[in-house]
Amino acid sequence: MNLLPRLPVPRLPGRDDLPSRSAPGTVTMRGTGLRLRRGDREILHGVDFAVRTGEVVALVGPNGAGKSTVLAALSGDHPLSGGSVEIEGRPLDGWSSLALARRRAVLPQQHTVGFPFTARQVVQMGRAAWARTPRQDDDERLVAEAFATCDVTHLADRPFPALSGGERARVALARVLAQDTETLLLDEPTAALDLGHQEAVMQVVRRRADDGHAVVVVLHDLGLAAAYADRICVLEQGRIVADGSPTEVLTEDLLGRVYQYPVTVTAHPETGTPLVLPRRSPHSAPTTAG
Amino acid sequence: MSVNEVTESTGLPDRALKKAGAGRTTVVFVLLVAVLVVLAIVSACLGQVPTGPAEVVGSLLHRMGLDLGPLPAHPAGEVTLWEVRFPRVVLAMLVGAALGCAGALLQGIFANPLAEPGVIGVSSGAAVGASAVIVLGGVFTAGWALAGAALLSGLLTTVMVYALSRSNGRTEVVTVILTGVAVNAVAGGLIALFTFVASPAARDQIVFWQLGSLGGATWNIVAVVAPLTLAGVVVSALLAPKLDLLALGESVARHLGVDVERVRQLAILAVAVLVSGATAFTGIIMFVGLVVPHLMRLALGPAHRTLVWASVLAGAVVLLAADLGARTLVENADLPLGMITALIGGPVFFLMLRRTRARQGGWA
Repeated sequence: MNLLPRLPVPRLPGRDDLPSRSAPGTVTMRGTGLRLRRGDREILHGVDFAVRTGEVVALVGPNGAGKSTVLAALSGDHPLSGGSVEIEGRPLDGWSSLALARRRAVLPQQHTVGFPFTARQVVQMGRAAWARTPRQDDDERLVAEAFATCDVTHLADRPFPALSGGERARVALARVLAQDTETLLLDEPTAALDLGHQEAVMQVVRRRADDGHAVVVVLHDLGLAAAYADRICVLEQGRIVADGSPTEVLTEDLLGRVYQYPVTVTAHPETGTPLVLPRRSPHSAPTTAG
Repeated sequence: MSVNEVTESTGLPDRALKKAGAGRTTVVFVLLVAVLVVLAIVSACLGQVPTGPAEVVGSLLHRMGLDLGPLPAHPAGEVTLWEVRFPRVVLAMLVGAALGCAGALLQGIFANPLAEPGVIGVSSGAAVGASAVIVLGGVFTAGWALAGAALLSGLLTTVMVYALSRSNGRTEVVTVILTGVAVNAVAGGLIALFTFVASPAARDQIVFWQLGSLGGATWNIVAVVAPLTLAGVVVSALLAPKLDLLALGESVARHLGVDVERVRQLAILAVAVLVSGATAFTGIIMFVGLVVPHLMRLALGPAHRTLVWASVLAGAVVLLAADLGARTLVENADLPLGMITALIGGPVFFLMLRRTRARQGGWA
C-alpha cells in the first residue's frame, strides 16, 4: 500500500512519440522470461514470446493455460513478477501510455461501456491517441473504414450497451482497427461470433498482417488458428509447449496431451490446412485420454 | 460482412448527425442560462423587503454604471439586495455549479452513474471537521474557523480514501467505493461522538450545519468559494475528453493512451476542492451531485465535453431553485436546503434506478 500518492507531474510527449512503420519481419514486441502471479499462484512460468510485422501469431491452449494472461502481460495490464516486455526494443515502463497507444492496440475479451455512448462514439475513441498529431487527419477515413471492415456501419448510431454480444465484439474490433497501430493484441475476437463473422473477422486479421502489421490473437478454435495464423503457440499450464507453423504444431499427440482429450487431425478437403476434430464414437460416450 | 475494398461511399452520415446533436445541445444550454437568469431575478425579488424585478435589474445596472431602470423604492431595498440577497443568489449558483460539476467528474472517472461526491468521503469528512470545531470551540465559534475546518477535513478525508484504496500503483473503482464506505462509517461514528459530547446548543449547531443552508451568505464567502469552484470547473473541463475513454473501462482507457492514474488523481483532487469549498460554508447538500449529471446525460448524451458544462449550469439552476424553495415555501422560515434537495432528489434518484433497471437489467 502506498500512503503517499504520486503527485501528478505534467509529462511532455517525447520527441520520438510518433512511430514510423517497421520493415516486414521486424520484431515489434518481445516478452522474455515472462512470469506473472495472480494472488499467490504463479500463472506464467517463464514465457518467451515475440511477434513480427507481417505475421499472425495464434495463442491456443486449454482453459486456464494462460493465453489471456500472456496477452495481459504483453499489454502491460498486469505487473510481472519476472521477465520483461519490450516494444520496439524498449521496456514497457520506458513508454508513456500515449506513446504505447500509438504502437499497439488491445482488444479485451469483455466489452463494457459505462454510459450509453453510440457505436460511432466508441469507434472514434479509438483515435484518441492521435489527437493533435498530423495523423489526426486520418480520423474520419479510418473510422469509416473500420466500420465497413467489421460490418457494423448499420449499428453506428445505436447505443453500445444496447448491442448484442456479437455486435459489441465487432464494434470493439472496429475501435481497435481505427487505432491504426503496428501491433495488435486481440483476446478472442471470434468468441461471440457466428460462423460467418468468425471467418470474416479472421480474414480482416489476416489482411492486417499482410499489410505489414504484427498480430497476436488468442483463439479457442484450432481450425481458425490453422487456417489464418502463420504461427501457433500452444500454452499448457503457463508454459509454451509448442511454437511453429500450424502443420508442425497441430499433431494428434501434442493436442491429445495438452487438451486431455483424444483428437484426430486431418487436412481440410479444399485448402489442406490441418483440421482438428475431437474423437467421438457414434454410440458410446467419449473416453478421456490419460 | 463486407470484405470489399473500402470506398468513399462508406463514409458515415457524420456531419448531419453532428449538426442535429449540436442543435439540441445549443437549445439545452440556452434554456439553462435563461432559466438561471429568471430564477436569479425572482430569487432576488422575494423576501421580507418587497422589491420588483425591474428594481432588481435597475439596481444591478446602476452599479455597473448605467443609469437605466428604477432603483428599489423601499428604503432598505438597496442594502437588502446587495448585502443579503445577491450574495445568497451568487453563492447558490456557485455551490450548485460546484456540486453538479463534481458529480459529473466523479461519475466519469468511475464510469458509474451511481458515484456521488459523498461516496469518496468529502461530505462526511467536512462534517467531522465542522462538528469537531463546534464542540471544541463552543457555540460562538466564528463561522470562518468552522468553514476552514470543514474544508480541510473534507480534503484530508478524500486524500485518505484515495491513498488507502491504492495498491500496486493502481486504484480499482470497487476498492475506492468500498474504502469510501468504510471511511464514511468511521466519519459517521465521529460525528455521532461529537454530537453526543456536545452541549445542547452546540448539538443544535452540529445538526443544523449538517442540514445545509445558504442563510449565512456574504460577499466574503463568495470570494472564497468562487475561485475554488472556478479552479475545479476548469480542471474538469480539461479532463472531460479523457473521461469519455474511461467509460470503456480502466485498462482500455490506458491502451488508448490515457494516463489513468494521473487523470484519477487530478479528478479526485478537483472533486475534493469543489465539494469541500461548497460544503464548508453551506453544510451538506445531498443529491445535487448525483441527480444533476444524470439528468443532463439523459438530455444530451454521455459525451463529457458537453456533460461537464451542462452539469455546471444545471447544478446552479437546481440549487438556486431549491434555495428559493427553502426561503419561500414556509413564511418567515429558512428551511434547511439539504432537506429540500434530499426530499426531491431521493425520489428522483429512485425513479432513475427503476428506469435503468427496466432498460438495462441493472448495473451488473
